[in-house]
Amino acid sequence: MIEIKCHRVASGCASGPALVTLEAISFLGNVDAATGMVVDPAHELFGQCIAGKVLIFPGGKGSTVGSYVIYQLKKKGLAPAAMINIRSEPIVAVGAIISGIPLVDRVSEEILRLESGTIVEVDADEEMIRIF
Amino acid sequence: MYLSREEEAVYQGERGETLRRMMEILVALGDIYGAERLVPVKSVQIAGVSYKNIGEAGLEWISDLQGCVVVPSILNPAGMDLCRWQEMGVSEDFAEKQQQTIEAYRRLGITIDCTCTPYQIYQGLAGPGDHLAWSESSAVSYANSVIGARTNREGGPSALAAALVGKTALYGYHLDENRLPTHLVEVEADLHGSDYGALGFLVGRIVKDGVPFFRLPGQRPSPDELKALGAAMAASGSVALYYVQDVTPRPPAGGGQPEETLHLDRKEIAEVYARFPAEGADAVALGCPHCSAEELERIAGLLQGQKVQKELWVCTARKIAEANPGRVAAIEKSGAHVFCDTCMVVSPATERFSRMLTCSGKALSYLPGLAGVKAGLGSLEDCINAALGRQQ
Repeated sequence: MIEIKCHRVASGCASGPALVTLEAISFLGNVDAATGMVVDPAHELFGQCIAGKVLIFPGGKGSTVGSYVIYQLKKKGLAPAAMINIRSEPIVAVGAIISGIPLVDRVSEEILRLESGTIVEVDADEEMIRIF
Repeated sequence: MYLSREEEAVYQGERGETLRRMMEILVALGDIYGAERLVPVKSVQIAGVSYKNIGEAGLEWISDLQGCVVVPSILNPAGMDLCRWQEMGVSEDFAEKQQQTIEAYRRLGITIDCTCTPYQIYQGLAGPGDHLAWSESSAVSYANSVIGARTNREGGPSALAAALVGKTALYGYHLDENRLPTHLVEVEADLHGSDYGALGFLVGRIVKDGVPFFRLPGQRPSPDELKALGAAMAASGSVALYYVQDVTPRPPAGGGQPEETLHLDRKEIAEVYARFPAEGADAVALGCPHCSAEELERIAGLLQGQKVQKELWVCTARKIAEANPGRVAAIEKSGAHVFCDTCMVVSPATERFSRMLTCSGKALSYLPGLAGVKAGLGSLEDCINAALGRQQ
């Protein structure tokens, strides 16, 4: 197991298989709130489902309505289990907080090279990422 | 970020889950932007009101919240006139969702005034040096620039967090160091009315999120002209603060000379009008930002004794309309509509038009993208003439 120090944005602790992308995500537009699928054909994660994953991406972008889309995903049980950013911005930060999804940031970009499917635990309260 | 003992207790959830999450939003934004601490706010203006913008996702979130605001808090415009939505052509389904959204906000203790110009109806919400958490970009610009208050441009959740906690993170436009002019704008033209919207439309595109300092010759701009200038720059760029020499409050001391200088003259203003011609509009919309009492007076005067040939919307705050019943009646006698609580930019009712004429540089920026409607720019007189079916 590898432990990586990080910074808490939204509290909580959760684990799941990693889903990693080098591209920023706009939750409004890139992700379908009804299915949890990435529906933008231009996105690296096109066709993947983010539900239950530890979603690892550089940060958010796009419309502030994206925060509410994260909340809607959570209510439908289709949200990521946890999220890791290199640098969180307000849309994803606010979305994670209002939804109760653990979110951490301020980690090295090396984490974006992690293989999708690897089991990862995000412990925002302890400010620690554990890779199994 | 430093938290007082009381703030820390809220952050740890000792005062309930809603407040814990609200404090978490403030702390997360404070961390992202490098704030040292929180600061109490005098008032809050909350975006995320039009159901067209927030959708089912936003409505669900607001409906799930528990608690009550602790500072005076009002709302941004909604997607319809809350009383006369049928007349606007808004569907029943939309109206029901919009009313649910309003009720969810009311339950949190928020005053149901849906306006982008809170400073036109309540004097006590913002004064010089006051810290605020306002959302609507033109209101933010007016508060920072004309009133001399201090606010960032808040998103819906962060404004609501400030309303429930009574504080915001101290960063951005709350700090002197971020309130220094970045561009000197020399204007060599005598401006009137919609010219300020055209000027703002140009300058916002150039300075983006900068802080322009204007030198304007000629007549001193009115509060409504400053409102139009700031609104246009906040829409075509993301200007949240500007200065006009000898008109607005001054920048903090010690800034020195702005790095860049722009020169704009009548020719460049005229090009904006030429690019967005007044002809061919199937509707005319005024009141972006919401009309003041003075603007209602002018519109009523221009319409007096005549009948409109095209749909004409005049958008304002409900409190302004209620305080000016004679002016509203005079405008509506012409066949025009005075709609409250909403505007042409945030209402889905706008989408049935193909081309709208406006005197607002802000509406000019937003109508094509947000409503899929082409936009023309004219003076207030051009707009009224077009509505009356007169040749330009």
